[in-house]
Amino acid sequence: MVGLNVNGKVHQIDVPSDMPVLWVLRDVLGMTGTKFGCGMALCGACTVQLDGQAIRSCVTPVGAVAGKAITTIEAIGDTPAGRKVQAAWIALDVPQCGYCQSGQIMSASALLASNAHPADADIDAAMAGNICRCGTYGRIRAAIKEAAQAAPISEKGATR
Amino acid sequence: MTTVSRRAFVTVLAAVGGGLLVGYRVGDERRVATATIGSASAATPRGFAPNAFIRIGPDGGITLIMPQVEMGQGTYTSMPMLLAEELEVVPDQIRLEHAPPDNKLYANQFFGEQMTGASSSVRAFYEPLRRAGATARAMLVAAAAASWNVDPGSCRAQKGVVTHTPSGRTLTYGVLAAKAAALPVPDKVTLKDPKDFSLLGTPAKRLDTPSKVNGTAQYGIDVRLPGMLIATVAASPVLGGKVTGIDEQKAKAVPGVRQIVQLDDAVAVVADHMWAAKQGLAALAVRWDDGPNAKLSTADIVQGLAKASETAGVTARKDGDPVSVLAGAATKVEAVYESPFLAHVTMEPMNCTVHVRKDGCEVWTGSQVLSRAQATAAAVTGFPLEKVVVHNHLLGGGFGRRLEVDYVTQAVRIAKQVDAPLKVVWTREEDVQHDVYRPYYYDRIAAGLDPRGTPVVWTHRIVGPAIVARFLPPAFKDGIDIDAVDGAVQLLYDIPAIQVEHVRHEEPVLNTGFWRGVGVTHNNFVIESFVDELAATSKQDPVAFRRALLGKSPRAMALLDVAAKEAGWGKPLPRGHGRGVALLYSGWGTYLAQVAEVEVAGSGDVRVHRIVCAVDCGRIVNPDIVRAQIESGVVYGISAALWGEVTLKNGRVEQSNFHNYRVLRMNEAPPIDVHLVRNNEAPGGIGEPGTAVTAPSLGNAIFAATGKRIRKLPLQTGL
Repeated sequence: MVGLNVNGKVHQIDVPSDMPVLWVLRDVLGMTGTKFGCGMALCGACTVQLDGQAIRSCVTPVGAVAGKAITTIEAIGDTPAGRKVQAAWIALDVPQCGYCQSGQIMSASALLASNAHPADADIDAAMAGNICRCGTYGRIRAAIKEAAQAAPISEKGATR
Repeated sequence: MTTVSRRAFVTVLAAVGGGLLVGYRVGDERRVATATIGSASAATPRGFAPNAFIRIGPDGGITLIMPQVEMGQGTYTSMPMLLAEELEVVPDQIRLEHAPPDNKLYANQFFGEQMTGASSSVRAFYEPLRRAGATARAMLVAAAAASWNVDPGSCRAQKGVVTHTPSGRTLTYGVLAAKAAALPVPDKVTLKDPKDFSLLGTPAKRLDTPSKVNGTAQYGIDVRLPGMLIATVAASPVLGGKVTGIDEQKAKAVPGVRQIVQLDDAVAVVADHMWAAKQGLAALAVRWDDGPNAKLSTADIVQGLAKASETAGVTARKDGDPVSVLAGAATKVEAVYESPFLAHVTMEPMNCTVHVRKDGCEVWTGSQVLSRAQATAAAVTGFPLEKVVVHNHLLGGGFGRRLEVDYVTQAVRIAKQVDAPLKVVWTREEDVQHDVYRPYYYDRIAAGLDPRGTPVVWTHRIVGPAIVARFLPPAFKDGIDIDAVDGAVQLLYDIPAIQVEHVRHEEPVLNTGFWRGVGVTHNNFVIESFVDELAATSKQDPVAFRRALLGKSPRAMALLDVAAKEAGWGKPLPRGHGRGVALLYSGWGTYLAQVAEVEVAGSGDVRVHRIVCAVDCGRIVNPDIVRAQIESGVVYGISAALWGEVTLKNGRVEQSNFHNYRVLRMNEAPPIDVHLVRNNEAPGGIGEPGTAVTAPSLGNAIFAATGKRIRKLPLQTGL
């Protein structure tokens, strides 16, 4: 049994310790907001936060995250940065197909949580690992800047 | 091309009621996952459903059924806007549903079947959906007028409410639903004058955004069913190869692996979860007979194309007497252009969930061709169509990849052997190596210039497969593949002698099909690069040279001027930088002018600094979505133009994942300025033009920066 803390809830799960967190989330816990894109940490679709840091869940073994807190797209709206990022994503209509956007939002939220006013180079560094085939990069950049400018959003607004 | 009669659209709901509808609350802004999959009934007896696109329940719930699928291009906003404008409802009043497979109810008039592709959704449904909305509105107004015993002309509808203007009395659509349902469907309805539009032409918010920022959006890969197992698959590494034997022992020893499925051309490992399936597949020893393609490499394929290019093709356009004009031209310019195989690489890898039962088959997937998905499942299982239920989902990218149903066919073949609902998920490696690729094209192009450098003749010979002949045989007429020559036969430049030919040369190894921009993407690269070559031969400015040839294309000329002005054409640039221009016009009906600014480093690395687009797509449904699609097309186009290339060695695709099939990333993405020209012309397609115009503008910018003309994509390889 492996203990996994996801969005504040601890799950006891019976899986091999080398199983990537991505597949535990999707196929065992049924949390499908985190996406499979490449399986090699090349595209960022599977990004979640581990103690607030953006990580690629497709290459992170579940055995390596014991005692640490995982946050996924399903709960990022509970964090101040996540709320602002989601609101900015909606304001600018960032997503197209939307498949990569969970990962984009997790990376962007981690960036803003650690750097409230990122410069373009900071955005490049934080977001270069997240591929979008629909080409929403320009809007992502603009939305991160908008989120950085935004006043804190109350939790009530977090429901979207 | 076939057309669908209006009758097909104004059909009572009985037909819809026969199928299962997949409910999906796209506009829901609550946190809870809101996808409801299952049997959404047809209208309740007292509901109102005047056609296959609208259902209004007695509770006032307004459901719009989406004939075109959402793969990022904004159809789940633009299609509702068309309906809502005439129905007189506002976006937050509506609920969306994926249409079930039904070629009679949901055919795209350009294809004669249910299909989302070729940048056709707005063009195909601009009038039919408005008509569907107006029909429903007219019936609701008539029902209200009858309730009040007044003239319908004295009533107006707005935001789902009918008001009797003189008295101020009101009735909601929900209250009117039962009464409206009893009225005859009118033969004629009056559509709004565009000047009265309140929604069309506005940057209305996308209805699918909220679910796409909180993880609740449901793609095919997200399907979860009770008792469902998960499989991953390996098809023969060489297309045409066969499985000759497998050793299951090590694979079966992987915890969580349940079953190994062997097909003649593929193997699949069925497990409790994807990780076990992947581990099991890695542990599975498979012996393959690689078949007849085992020795073929890219060079062999190109050699075949080059040889075919020496022969005449089917003439798709002929103006004047190109042969004799070319023979007598003062200056003759000739070139060969090559465009490589390309993979689509949608972010959501191919997947399909299937449950084959004794009494029927159910399929959950994302497809651009739902009725084909249903048909292939029926063919594989032997069930009649009505026993095959297909649930569509949001598509995590399409780009033409999900116009093919190979992944559905394969999943059903595997699921037939499994006694449980089965989700088959391809790894990225499988996705890259078993795509239905954009074909390799080989083009011979020539022009003659008069002594002043003006083109007097243009001949363009396109060599490649006829995708349309396979994909849509009724559209393949007189040996002309309308896709292979798209963008080439519409050449905008006023040249007295023109010949465009297609030499059909089928691809011997790989499966090939449509890829964003389809034939236009390759043709526009050839045409606009070559026009630039002619300008250089004539020692003329590329914009001025084009402008002089656009006397008969005022829309194109106007756009060229906008793009050149906005891009600062002619202003000095730093050393190593260059600007390139390209124009686009094709069967999509959209005009586009683009100026790219690039920098070529001493190492040869290309960086795109800025892209400026001027777009004339006629009447605009949603300008923000048009902008988004141009931005999207350009980014997709930059990836392909600079780096996109699938190569073969010993019958195997050499690329496998994002490390060796490079795509543009955030830190490499340039600002993209989009300038929209507004007019009242017919709507043009917008999903693909941005992609099709980008390779030539980049190639021309590289030429401006370096003096090097690259005639073979990808551009970076030529530097």
